[in-house]
Amino acid sequence: MPDPTAPPALRMEEVGKTYGATRALDSVTFELRRGEVHALLGENGAGKSTMMKILSGAVAPDSGRMFIEGRPYAPTGPLDGLRSGISMIYQELNLAPHLTVEENIMLGREAHAAGWLDRRGMKARVREVLDLVHHPEISPDVAVKKLGVGAKQVVEIARALLNRSRILVMDEPTSSLSQEDSLRLFEIIRRLKEQDVSVIYISHFLEEVQKVADRYTVLRDGRNVGSGDMEGTSLEAVIQLMVGQKFTEMFPRVPHERGEVVVALKEMKGSRMASAVSLSLAWGEVLGIAGLIGSGRTEMLRTMFGLDALAGGCLVVSGVETTKAAPWVRIGQGFGLLSEDRQGEGLALALSLADNITLSCFRPYLRHGLLRVGKQERAAGDWIGKLNIKTLGPRQKVLSLSGGNQQKVALARLLHQQADVLLLDEPTRGIDVVSKAQIYGWIGELASRAKAVLFVSSYLPELLGICDRIAVFHRGSLVDVREAPGWTAQSLMAAVTVGRASGG
Amino acid sequence: MRGRSKGNLQKALNVLGPFIGLLFVIAIFALIPEVQGRFLRGGNFKSVATQSVIVALGALGMTLIIISGGIDLSAASNIALASVLAAYAINAGAPPAVGLVLGVAVGGLVGLVNGTLVTRLRLVPFIVTLGMMGIARGLAKWIAGNQKIDAPMTWVNELMAKSPRPSWLLLAPGVSIVIVFAVVMAVVLRYTVFGRHVFAIGSNESTARLCGIRTNRTKVLVYTVGGLFCGLAGVMEFSRLTVGDPTVAVGLELDIIAAVVIGGGSLSGGEGSILGSMIGVLIMSFLRNGCTMMGWPNYIQEIIIGVIIVVAVTLDRLRHRRES
Repeated sequence: MPDPTAPPALRMEEVGKTYGATRALDSVTFELRRGEVHALLGENGAGKSTMMKILSGAVAPDSGRMFIEGRPYAPTGPLDGLRSGISMIYQELNLAPHLTVEENIMLGREAHAAGWLDRRGMKARVREVLDLVHHPEISPDVAVKKLGVGAKQVVEIARALLNRSRILVMDEPTSSLSQEDSLRLFEIIRRLKEQDVSVIYISHFLEEVQKVADRYTVLRDGRNVGSGDMEGTSLEAVIQLMVGQKFTEMFPRVPHERGEVVVALKEMKGSRMASAVSLSLAWGEVLGIAGLIGSGRTEMLRTMFGLDALAGGCLVVSGVETTKAAPWVRIGQGFGLLSEDRQGEGLALALSLADNITLSCFRPYLRHGLLRVGKQERAAGDWIGKLNIKTLGPRQKVLSLSGGNQQKVALARLLHQQADVLLLDEPTRGIDVVSKAQIYGWIGELASRAKAVLFVSSYLPELLGICDRIAVFHRGSLVDVREAPGWTAQSLMAAVTVGRASGG
Repeated sequence: MRGRSKGNLQKALNVLGPFIGLLFVIAIFALIPEVQGRFLRGGNFKSVATQSVIVALGALGMTLIIISGGIDLSAASNIALASVLAAYAINAGAPPAVGLVLGVAVGGLVGLVNGTLVTRLRLVPFIVTLGMMGIARGLAKWIAGNQKIDAPMTWVNELMAKSPRPSWLLLAPGVSIVIVFAVVMAVVLRYTVFGRHVFAIGSNESTARLCGIRTNRTKVLVYTVGGLFCGLAGVMEFSRLTVGDPTVAVGLELDIIAAVVIGGGSLSGGEGSILGSMIGVLIMSFLRNGCTMMGWPNYIQEIIIGVIIVVAVTLDRLRHRRES
């Protein structure tokens, strides 16, 4: 139970940080109690990651003081943070894939005698800590690259515990996890609380945060605009703090009409698909594809777009049957794909925003084969404004943007390409609440202009909010398709998790 | 413990591939009637072992470098430089031991410079060592006055003698030296903190740094060790040729890198083994040996080795893909 009388696990007083002209953090005061799970909320760019970088010691604050359990804390680098008991667990896991579980957990703190490893001793300690988090099934000798995402996260947590960390910062921990793994994670967090370990929990999934966190703090524009107990606080109140104004419509309803079928999958089976799928998509329709991670949705999109070879059946586009295709053919047919692996497939990180946004539609900027850079940058600037992308300008390298803004760049590329059939794979992942609503608005508008949108998502509320029809995938096969009103939150969840469509 | 044996089984399987490759190569030539008799003789095997010494020493250091995610294109030039310096010293009247130490030391120095440039200037190892390749070769030619340095025969030249003087030493001392160092390096990689850190840096350098590992220090040490082995290889080269030849070992770095890759090393880091690299060295030595016996011209050897490298890496890629 969190004890309010003991000195807080962490106290940050009037911490400030300015980057050039931007006030990233403005006199933020923050308190973390022992053994509590404290949610840190805020839009993209509100200051959460700057605050965590200062906490971990990666960045030095311009002003303010920090205290850990009452003692002053002024790290000179990330190692100081580690030694002071703070562990950061990021979305992009920090593991060495070729090394075993034991080697990763003990990395940097190997038990040794004059350089010679004490392998037996370390393996015993690793087994102990894995037992502590109730995952004795993870073998210390397995190479980490062979583990699933959920298990990898457990390894990182185990490493933090072995480092005797008292403060764990989890940044978007469940965004790559399945439902099952997420529940196991919450179990582990519960155990950590019992050991008086405090957790700073950063996540865009507000319903989840409501279940897991004891207290919350909201950052907006670099300032702490409110904190309190999670119990008894409504999501609307929290969102209002995040946004700073009355937030009415999460799912803006843009009226649109469904037209003729544009794409029909006829027993289509791709090289990576587990089973054949028959499905149709019409003009002016938003078709949602629900399912757990690994249920085969991405593989279907890849086959549709021509990234994976067709192994059976066919795809009918505007009445014309096609069996062989490649991405450039599909793009020519008006298709656009927003990949779920935004860093790996959706963006060219080393290139600028302008280059990325115009990547799939270069022709308008060519004159006699030469690129008209000015025109390209102006077009990119347009989209930066329309999607509210926080960046210094179209020439900035995408690499240096935050995750959510990177996602917006990938989306901008699709919109710029003026695709008629949009295949979106987890388009709002990692994006803050306000931008999500904006994207829902865009999707609605595209539908109203008779474009066809296929929307793959693991986040059921947004599917129920904006889709006309929702299809469910389970373990590689399509199990049900219904008009949106035919689904309830419960029946959809049941279909997604169990694979059986229930009554209603 | 079940877990421990699983790990060991994996390691055994990793080396099995290259080992089968080696048996295959030997089998091919063993089955050709024209060379069968000469190929399978003990004397021939001793020849192959002796001819492998220089590449093997280079491969010991290169294995470490490649596991750490780096590469050293200057290895062969370093070998030449070391051999020239050893010859120069002995020719100038220094005792042979000094010549040996000098050769090894200069190799280590070149490695140290490589490591420092890679970590301080934050340049890609490929580029740094590519530059050093030219610098070291140029220095070697300069010191040697663009010719071969003759040196009086000393015990250093015995190191690479195929039939060693005290005949109870079955193999040339150079071969025994390789075996001893190979065992040492294998032990270091598996049983020391340093070894584990080398793997960690190659597998995910930012994670290693995050966990408090002194990545720069470790990398400098890795390149220095690589350089020391090249220095020793250079001394062996001098021993074999009895002259310090600055034009020796041109292109040898590719043989060395190929040996490591055939043996299971990955150029993206995090993987590799000493045993695998040694098997890789033997595969190439037996290939060259067999081809020479068949009377095939050099370019056939080059083509075959090139094909082997591509096949080995492809098989490795397939194996990895099947795992994931």
